[in-house]
Amino acid sequence: MKHLTPINLKADRMEAATRPDKKDVVALQQGPPQQPEPHIPHGCSLVFAPGWEADRNGGTAGLCQPVERDLFDCHMGCFWPAQVPDQLNHAPDWTAKCAAAQKDWRKIDLIFPDEKKK
Amino acid sequence: MSVVGLREFHSFEAAGRRYLYLVPSAAVFALDDCSAAIVDSLGEGPRAIDELTRDLAARFDHVEVTDTIAELQRVRALGETAAKPAPMPKIVPLRPVPLQTLVVNVTNQCNLACTYCYEYGEDKIVDTENGQQPKFMSEETAREAVEFTLRESRENPHAHITFFGGETLMNFPVLKATIGYARRRAAEAGKTIDFSLTTNATLLRPDVIEFLANERVGVTISIDGPEDLQDKFRVFNNGTGSYAIAAPKIKALLARHRSRPIGARVTLTRQTLDVSRIYRHLTDELGFWEVGFAPVTTAPGRDYAISDGGFDHLLEQFRTLAAEYLAASLQNRHHGFSNVRETLQEIHHGHAKAYPCGAGLGLMGVSTDGRVALCHRFAGSDDHGFGTVRDGVSWEKQQQFLDTHHVSNKTDCQTCWARPICAGGCYHEAHTRYGSTNRPNLHYCEWIRGWTHTCLEIYGELAERNPGFLRQFDDADAPEKVS
Repeated sequence: MKHLTPINLKADRMEAATRPDKKDVVALQQGPPQQPEPHIPHGCSLVFAPGWEADRNGGTAGLCQPVERDLFDCHMGCFWPAQVPDQLNHAPDWTAKCAAAQKDWRKIDLIFPDEKKK
Repeated sequence: MSVVGLREFHSFEAAGRRYLYLVPSAAVFALDDCSAAIVDSLGEGPRAIDELTRDLAARFDHVEVTDTIAELQRVRALGETAAKPAPMPKIVPLRPVPLQTLVVNVTNQCNLACTYCYEYGEDKIVDTENGQQPKFMSEETAREAVEFTLRESRENPHAHITFFGGETLMNFPVLKATIGYARRRAAEAGKTIDFSLTTNATLLRPDVIEFLANERVGVTISIDGPEDLQDKFRVFNNGTGSYAIAAPKIKALLARHRSRPIGARVTLTRQTLDVSRIYRHLTDELGFWEVGFAPVTTAPGRDYAISDGGFDHLLEQFRTLAAEYLAASLQNRHHGFSNVRETLQEIHHGHAKAYPCGAGLGLMGVSTDGRVALCHRFAGSDDHGFGTVRDGVSWEKQQQFLDTHHVSNKTDCQTCWARPICAGGCYHEAHTRYGSTNRPNLHYCEWIRGWTHTCLEIYGELAERNPGFLRQFDDADAPEKVS
């Protein structure tokens, strides 16, 4: 702080606790001003990310992250042992028609094991 | 464009600087010219940020003003008027709080008959003269009190016992035996324990003094000043004053007992309001290290009660003595006006109290029959009891007390900037004045605000001119003073 000088111990603590560069867990919907840096890893189990399964009303409309993000995070961003297609070898294009998961998730290809190759 | 307005704080000046004491956080910040200009400008009422920056454009550039507004918002000195400040959460402890101090009333008898006494006088709560309680605590009950202290101190590695009365030294044999027992039991429990007591000094014999010095017992002497003032109220049953007996014994104690600082505790009444003279006498002539003053606890209308005008007079006298404290502290010299020291300590830490004192939280009082109450002033009162040292205390009762006595319940306090430090004031005082422990002490609000303001000024002055002096307050608090 440039214009206020903390004088007592409580003011020191307040200054330290409200320092703007201090990172905190924030929801994606809060947008850039509250979240100056990328928040990595997204949705990893190491991070407390409330609102994955249900929003405050018990529905999914107001989730702080879209449910589809969960699928993609299992697939790329973060280790989570979920069954997703192997994008490196067998199904490189399984998400090609899905530019934005929240909108296009219905276009994600269904992948079936290729019986002939066996 | 958002409109900003001032939030809650008390502003003060010291050593040519402007400061804010923020409420309810109790943080103290110094302002620079730009922040002071913003605070002044908003003093007339909330304003739009662009209007504010335009008005201050002649003195400060746009970025400087918006940065400063952001800083003031950050510490909640101001806020957007559209957003209401979040109410202070009412937090009552969810599990038992470790006991820090147990005040043990080893007797309810006294060899003096001070007319203003809260234990025997017109405003007494428990009838100790004709009641059911024994006049003296037995050694067995005292031992149970020790066990209770060690048990209830829970995870704390340290425990503290304060012996009280009546006149504490009238039961010296039990006190002496209890200290020995407590030391042994504390060592077995892997804890440290220390002791203090309050006495009127008239029963200090050489062997008692020797014992107190060797055992490092902290001693507080109740004394009201030089002979003419002391003898107005602090008298024996036959009306003779106690000064002539007490003074030489105090001198003997101060000469021998060097292991702990010895303080004087003065009760101020309408007839004895002469703070500087009392202080001079007790320090210069008797040799006390510290002197603390407290206005007498009384129902209104008693002859010795300090009236409204009296509180103004008292504040004036406190300010004069506080100025002496400041002058000494700027030169790193000791000054024994303990009321300033204690308030500075609270300001330094930025205590924002939910409760006025530790009573019922980390401090409790025990009567001679072993009943545990809110504090020593309520010892023996069933209405303010939590249990007994033998069978323990009820956490439900304690919690209920804490729930009903939280500062957020005191409506009158919600608009007062001094509430982080006062929280409504002494429960016993409120009970005596208004008949209920959960009432705020409205009769001394002006006095508390005036005194806190004075101590803030001293704090600001020291922070600017001798900041090293304040480092002595960095450590955690000493045990609560009992009077």
